[in-house]
Amino acid sequence: MGKPTGFLEFERLSEAYEPVEVRVKHYKEFVSHLSDDAAKVQGARCMDCGIPFCNTGCPVNNVIPDWNDLVYRGNWKQALDVLHSTNNFPDFTGRICPAPCEAACTLGINDQPVGIKSIEHFIIDKAWESGWVVPQPPKQKTGKKVAVVGSGPAGLAAAQQLARVGHAVTVFEKNDRLGGLLGYGIPDFKLEKSVIDRRVAQMEAEGVTFRTKVVVGGKDLPQGIINDAIEFVSAEQLNKEFDAVILAAGSEVPRDLPIPGRELKGVYAALEFLIPQNKQVAGQQPNPINAKGKHVVVIGGGDTGSDCVGTSNRHGAASVVQFELMPMPPEQENKDLTWPYWPYKLRTSSSHEEGCSRDFAVATKEFIGDGQGNVKALKAVRVEWKDGKMAEVPGSEFELPADLVFLAMGFTNPVGSLLEAFGVEKDGRGNAKATTDGAGCYATSAAKVFAAGDVRRGQSLVVWAIREGRQCAREVDAFLMGTSNLPR
Amino acid sequence: MEPAVPERQGLYDPANEHDACGVGFVAHVKGQKSHGIVEQGLLILKNLDHRGAVGADPLQGDGAGILIQIPDQFYREEMAKQGINLPPAGEYGIGMVFLPQEAASRYACIEEIERSVQAEGQVVLGWRDVPVNRDMPMSPAVKAKEPVIRQVFVGRGPDVFVTDALERKLFIIRRRAANAIKSLKLKHGQEFYVPSFSARTVNYKGLLLADQVGVYYLDLQDKRVVSALALVHQRFSTNTFPTWDLAHPFRMIAHNGEINTLRGNVNWFKAREQAISSPILGEDLKKIWPLHYPGQSDSASFDNALELLVMGGYSLAHAMMLMIPEAWEKHTLMDENRRAFYEYHAAMMEPWDGPAAVAFTDGRQIGATLDRNGLRPARYLVTDDDFVVMASESGVLPIPEKKIVKKWRLQPGKMFLIDMEQGRIIDDKELKDSLAKAKPYREWIEKIRIKLDEVPAAEEKTEAAAASLLDRQQAFGYTQEDIKVILEPMVNNGEEATGSMGTDSALPVLSSKPKTFYAYFKQLFAQVTNPPVDPIREELVMSLVSFIGPKPNLLNTTDINPPIRLEVSQPVLTAADMEKLRHIQKYTGGKFRSFELDICYPVAWGKDGVEARLASLAADAEDAVRSGANILIVSDRKVDENHVAIPALLATSTIHQHLVKKGLRTSAGLVVETGSAREVHHFALLGGYGAEAVHPYLALETIEALAKGDAAKADKFVKNFVKAIGKGLMKVMSKMGISTYMSYTGAQIFEAIGLQKAFVEKYFTGTPSNIEGIGVFEVAEETIRLHKSAFSDDPVLANMLDAGGEYAYRTRGEDHVWTPDAIAKLQHSTRSGKYETYKEYARIINDQTKRHLTLRGLFEFKPAGGPISLEEVESAKDIVKRFATGAMSLGSISTEAHTTLSLAMNRIGGKSNTGEGGEDAKRFAPVKGGTMLSDIVGKTRIERDIELKDGDSLRSAIKQVASGRFGVTTEYLVNADQIQIKMAQGAKPGEGGQLPGHKVSEYIGFLRHSVPGVGLISPPPHHDIYSIEDLAQLIHDLKNANGKASISVKLVSEVGVGTVAAGVSKAKADHVVISGFDGGTGASPQSSIKHAGTPWELGLAETQQTLVLNRLRGRIRVQVDGQMKTGRDVVIGALLGADEFGFATAPLVVEGCIMMRKCHLNTCPVGVATQDPVLRRRFTGQPEHVVNYFFFVAEEVREIMAQLGIRKFEDLIGRADLLDMRAGIEHWKAKGLDFTKVFYQPAVPASEPRRHAGEQDHGLHKALDHKLIEQAQKALEKGQKVQIETPVINVNRTVGTMLSGEVAKRYGHAGLPDDTIHVKLTGTAGQSFGAFLAKGVTLELIGEGNDYVGKGLSGGRIIIRPHPDFRGQTVENIIAGNTVMYGAIAGEAFFAGVGGERFCVRNSGGTAVVEGVGDHGCEYMTGGTVVVLGMTGRNFAAGMSGGIAYVLDEDGSFKNRCNLAQVALEKVAAASRQPANEPMHRGLTDEDQLKDLITRHAEYTGSARAKDILAHWDAYREKFVKVYPHEYKRALTELATAGQKEAA
Repeated sequence: MGKPTGFLEFERLSEAYEPVEVRVKHYKEFVSHLSDDAAKVQGARCMDCGIPFCNTGCPVNNVIPDWNDLVYRGNWKQALDVLHSTNNFPDFTGRICPAPCEAACTLGINDQPVGIKSIEHFIIDKAWESGWVVPQPPKQKTGKKVAVVGSGPAGLAAAQQLARVGHAVTVFEKNDRLGGLLGYGIPDFKLEKSVIDRRVAQMEAEGVTFRTKVVVGGKDLPQGIINDAIEFVSAEQLNKEFDAVILAAGSEVPRDLPIPGRELKGVYAALEFLIPQNKQVAGQQPNPINAKGKHVVVIGGGDTGSDCVGTSNRHGAASVVQFELMPMPPEQENKDLTWPYWPYKLRTSSSHEEGCSRDFAVATKEFIGDGQGNVKALKAVRVEWKDGKMAEVPGSEFELPADLVFLAMGFTNPVGSLLEAFGVEKDGRGNAKATTDGAGCYATSAAKVFAAGDVRRGQSLVVWAIREGRQCAREVDAFLMGTSNLPR
Repeated sequence: MEPAVPERQGLYDPANEHDACGVGFVAHVKGQKSHGIVEQGLLILKNLDHRGAVGADPLQGDGAGILIQIPDQFYREEMAKQGINLPPAGEYGIGMVFLPQEAASRYACIEEIERSVQAEGQVVLGWRDVPVNRDMPMSPAVKAKEPVIRQVFVGRGPDVFVTDALERKLFIIRRRAANAIKSLKLKHGQEFYVPSFSARTVNYKGLLLADQVGVYYLDLQDKRVVSALALVHQRFSTNTFPTWDLAHPFRMIAHNGEINTLRGNVNWFKAREQAISSPILGEDLKKIWPLHYPGQSDSASFDNALELLVMGGYSLAHAMMLMIPEAWEKHTLMDENRRAFYEYHAAMMEPWDGPAAVAFTDGRQIGATLDRNGLRPARYLVTDDDFVVMASESGVLPIPEKKIVKKWRLQPGKMFLIDMEQGRIIDDKELKDSLAKAKPYREWIEKIRIKLDEVPAAEEKTEAAAASLLDRQQAFGYTQEDIKVILEPMVNNGEEATGSMGTDSALPVLSSKPKTFYAYFKQLFAQVTNPPVDPIREELVMSLVSFIGPKPNLLNTTDINPPIRLEVSQPVLTAADMEKLRHIQKYTGGKFRSFELDICYPVAWGKDGVEARLASLAADAEDAVRSGANILIVSDRKVDENHVAIPALLATSTIHQHLVKKGLRTSAGLVVETGSAREVHHFALLGGYGAEAVHPYLALETIEALAKGDAAKADKFVKNFVKAIGKGLMKVMSKMGISTYMSYTGAQIFEAIGLQKAFVEKYFTGTPSNIEGIGVFEVAEETIRLHKSAFSDDPVLANMLDAGGEYAYRTRGEDHVWTPDAIAKLQHSTRSGKYETYKEYARIINDQTKRHLTLRGLFEFKPAGGPISLEEVESAKDIVKRFATGAMSLGSISTEAHTTLSLAMNRIGGKSNTGEGGEDAKRFAPVKGGTMLSDIVGKTRIERDIELKDGDSLRSAIKQVASGRFGVTTEYLVNADQIQIKMAQGAKPGEGGQLPGHKVSEYIGFLRHSVPGVGLISPPPHHDIYSIEDLAQLIHDLKNANGKASISVKLVSEVGVGTVAAGVSKAKADHVVISGFDGGTGASPQSSIKHAGTPWELGLAETQQTLVLNRLRGRIRVQVDGQMKTGRDVVIGALLGADEFGFATAPLVVEGCIMMRKCHLNTCPVGVATQDPVLRRRFTGQPEHVVNYFFFVAEEVREIMAQLGIRKFEDLIGRADLLDMRAGIEHWKAKGLDFTKVFYQPAVPASEPRRHAGEQDHGLHKALDHKLIEQAQKALEKGQKVQIETPVINVNRTVGTMLSGEVAKRYGHAGLPDDTIHVKLTGTAGQSFGAFLAKGVTLELIGEGNDYVGKGLSGGRIIIRPHPDFRGQTVENIIAGNTVMYGAIAGEAFFAGVGGERFCVRNSGGTAVVEGVGDHGCEYMTGGTVVVLGMTGRNFAAGMSGGIAYVLDEDGSFKNRCNLAQVALEKVAAASRQPANEPMHRGLTDEDQLKDLITRHAEYTGSARAKDILAHWDAYREKFVKVYPHEYKRALTELATAGQKEAA
């Protein structure tokens, strides 16, 4: 159980970041995981709580105290087993998860929480380095075939789980690279693509078939969605060929900002900037959008916005401003009333540290063109929030030069045509309708069609996608075999 | 006429009744008969009156009686009036018979008796109506049950020549008649009872008050009724039901105490029926079976067994030694022959274990013996005219001091016998030596005893298992927690792991995870009616010795070629042991034969296969024994993918019970080889249901795997594991007051929760199970589920065990009531004051439609009328007054957390509880607004300050009095609204506790009147409560100290708690607490947290039902606690019968507790349950939050009341009819539950209160202290010196306590100047003389004291010296009883004589000089100074961590009697030679303080002994031994060093 008094003896140690001036010069990961000794010390800080709030704070319910203890004792391999027992891809979450577990850590009530994410990162990197992550092909095949639409974290998790119990799984991906948002949306400096590639290789060895550049269901995708597909597979075809289908296509339709000037050149949905960037980093064609020397405004204060900030800075933008509609959150939450939940507070990402000014409680009113169809500035206004209602502050309009504007205001729902093609009932928000608990969970209204991840729950975290993928896999396995031994 | 004791109803079961009592006898050593002896016997009864109890009706006692020799002349003359001439004395017998009132039944009984007499070839001489006083005032209930009392006179038949033979015939006649009448199954047959049937003795007893015996039985007033002995007894029963037959004496004994192992003893007798034969009784033996009837009391059963042994040819003394052996196993000082005697007999019969002072007689000899641990008092005196008086206390007869030649006491395990035919007293040594030498036991033992250790190692290797370790672990339900929480601590430390914060996981029958079968059983434990034992500090009475194999013929008194037996020193067998047993035939030359019973069966048979498989196992076992196997090995070793193991406990019990029923059980030993056993509880269960030894092969393999191939480590691990299980078993046994594994085996000290009654009756006959549940097929189903998942390809289980989640929360692990969300919502709501958020919390706890956790979770409300509006319901501010916070000591929680609770409770008018650690007197006064907490408590003692409001108070309304008595001063007591006697704690009932030295901070040391840094032990029992009448005495003591406080007794829910509560109500408690087993704790062994006690729903319902049935409910308040969390919990508690409610964990969560369950590590990261100043700084709790919580709970209560249509809270109480089981429960296990018994309401008249409605009569007006207080007015008011003189007798109990209360009220703990009030008393003082005596009061007693002299001494001085007329030497005569100065805080006492057992137990600071002490002197002492000028008993200084004792060791033998675990023995150096650099006790050299104390002793008492020592000081000084606790020495040194540093 860790070291009983470890939390009193040891300070939290964060992972080392490359200095800003160095890291903005490249697109590689700049976070180095803990050393063996540091990891042990960090593991020793865990208090092995009677109720480990981290365990429920974590969407995949990582058994954090157990692997903290194992790390403290230097049982890395066993720590990996425990970690993998709840999470297929700790290498993803160890890098890009916002770590709700740490928000729930009891040590965080009055001290710095245990560096859970850094320990997770350590365990999995150590495991890869040591060659402990190996394919786990099934002992025998079931003869059942499952199609997974979408290769994001939900799809990958579902596919891996199902393949390991012997089903023949095929993953369909419309783009040319696997990983969904992981592969394309998230910049390499946060998650190098080799991390995904090695997982893909593991899964292939476990029997998963990947088919890229294949779009399933509907061919006509809304604007702003990147689509490399050269092949189309209809819902009927999939239904015919497979015993079960999992829709894990994410929630890709970006929230738009339909204000005057939206049509101007230089105003882009965030992914229109980020995906080509990742392709460029991968050695494919260069990003058509270049922020070098430009005044960049990012609208939207979330993670995608951050990624735009980080990428713009790497391009060498002249300035980067990020707008957020909501007022500035408090720097420090009132833990008495928030812990162990995810607190509403000001979060400064590594990209912010690289240079960015943030403006809160500001609404963009209009994009102003240069007369040649290019954006050159935007008009915005300050807003006030009262009882959940927003009101513009009279006389607070201002203009800001903007050569590039990235809209990163979140994603509204999955591509509707996919759901329609399968005849899947939608919920009020346009997501695939399915429950997550009890009989028939993860099943959609369409026979043998299941849904998991953002396509079902709407835009969310990678870790939630993994959870849903795993849980959905269990339901699919039970649907195919009558019972399932897969964990929820 | 209905039977006196009601039938089983609801949760009430007459089988749970307890009794205890006052016992005594008077006898003439030379056998001179006189009527005076009868009169004196009756007078003893009167003077023991306070040891009895009265029920709802003051005219109804619990029974009393007198057993005397047959007054031949009297009966001769009386019978002559009928024209019947009695044969010469000794040639006829008299049966004293209780007959039914109903005529036909009566005649039937008479006929059966006469038929039996004739059948046995004897002669009915005639009948006599026993004249009784019909005019005597008698309770109507008693009158209604009054039997027709007649005597039958039986003459000898032609074949009978001597009285002994006649006596045996009378015995057979009585058994035969009783069995015949029993078989008639008459409705009124139960009223038939034979108090005595003997040619030597006659017994007059009944459901009478002590002083009524002589009034009721007119015979006893007749001068012609003469006897040389009178054995008397006054009973204190837990119930109020009129039963004439349960009064004592029985035919041969009168018993004070309780036989804890009764069920096992009775079962073992049953098991022997077929196997024993008697060369003396011959064919007659068959007529006496069954020896015991269901529902008999422990004393009655004991009497039956003793009688059989005596009739079977043992002498009375021999039989008593067999039944209540001394603690011989670890008695290194015992004579070899005597040890051999005991060891030889140990295999013949398991001890009847428990606290017992048994007086016995066969009419020729009379004597008494005491249990091995000396847990009952028995004092005796011998006069110069050959009278002996023995009684539970001294002073019961007014005997002139000048006639007395010896005053002594019965000592633990010792016997005292008067042989009136020989005309002399035979002392223990002579008696036992002669018996021990009667046969060559030593030689026999050496020849017939085979120790398994000494059997050569088997050549055979253990067969390899067919499945992998992991698969088998999974099949037996191992989780990762079993390794981490259970096994690892045991293999590393040799003891069971400690946990904290109670348990809140789902009950096994409600759990959705497969549980082991063991988990359905809960350990029973002793509370009130018998004391638990301390298995660590009093290890000398404990024994784990077990015999494997057939038991010798119990009645073969003429054995010359005893059978061989196989002995193990403890019951956990290793693989090597097991191989020896498997091939025992080979290694013992065929003397033993083992037979293996494979309890696995093909998994393909499914759950339905289990029943038939069990039946055939039983049959196979029977066949094996009949064909000569004498060791049965019950094994599940053959478990593999295709074979599932029947739970070993189920198989073991089935086989054991079958063999018992067939009378074959004593012909073979039962050894269990199972993969399932891994924790203490498992071993206890297997033993409790019949296993003589257990081989936990899978646990051992697991342990070896933990050693990762290191053989030496594996060996050490196994040894540690075996040691840990052994220690744990001793703890489980001692919890029930049982000392030996032999008598624990088969004793079934468990109850089941969630098992079908019919199933339990069939396979675990006699085990209580009150709410139904799963049956044999569901048990099998659960086993098969585990089995299948073990051998499945479940990926999670492929390389590792299931995570568990029983001990710490895990998502998808076991469900817990406290979830992360529940804690978050509770904290957020009480901090923000948002009731809606509280409701979210309450919903998580209350809604158990999906998660099944608690019994109440399955209840639903059943409104009797329509709802009412919320406004009509009693206000929340009135409801919160019924709330109290739990007993958490400052020590278990931080000062900040403790004071926050008291502030909050005082603000809402509820009650906070000190816990057992005392309380700072600075907290007693109300405070002014703006004062800071640190202003009151002290800046250095507070890490996070709180600003106080006007009218705030830090005083805890409830002051706890626990076994450690830490900080229990008179001042503490007078500052209480309620004084709570903690009999048990939910998390570890029947156990003590320990606060390790490193947790004893400066402040805690100050509060507990101990030295900082010195560890503090709370003993398992209160050493002044070994039985119910002792509890009554303590209640009386506390009430004397503070007449305004209500006295509360805290009990823990278990089957039978209702009966104990009834006893508590009769013992005059004003308040009783029923705690659930799941309550929190700062530290407790894991198996106690999980497996001892039951949910409060059961205990509370049983309490309510029993109290109402006994008409005892109205005079007592009932509080319930144990994981009380929401308003719904409160309402359910009220409906089941609670007036008040205790909360502990929930308010702690409100204060910031997040259920770390690390209290025992002192690392609480939120500053709640820690003493670490750094962590206490992190405390954020505020009284406002706690106030919010209680108002939220009350608000929720109101909402439910509105829904139920109930306006006043009091109208909820006891309305179990408003509860129902929730409909539509589909859970596969839970659906079998049935709460009918829980919701039962006894049918009593509507006028009978079902809630608190009146007050107890404590009889304080009788106290001698009123006189003292009156005469001490000048001292009390003006501090002037006063001298008071008064006579005193034994009925004057608790002298000086009320007076001390008056002193403490006015002057606090500081009291008055020394000797301001000097009281000189002459005579024998009653119990608790000088209890809680305050500073400034001196009690000088000329005469002697009884038990508990100077209990809780708080600064006063007690002097006891013999009456000048008494001629005995002070060092050879007893002058004070047992447990003198228990829990003394300060003050001094001088005893010119010997004290009893447990002198100065738990002394914190008192000074005593005494001229000899019994066993366990200075046990658990933490401070103070004790000088012993004579002999000590054994186990001196056990658990002593502080203070100093100086013992005069004239023959150098003291070291053998001293428990050296924690103390060093040093010489007393001359003052000039004591090293100056060493710290000194009380700042004085040893010589100086020793000499000073002896000088004052001489001065105060005139002791010749003291004078002699002083006269030859230098020679005597050399002979003194200084008993110096290691810890105390270390702490003194540290304090001295710290002092030097400060000075520098």
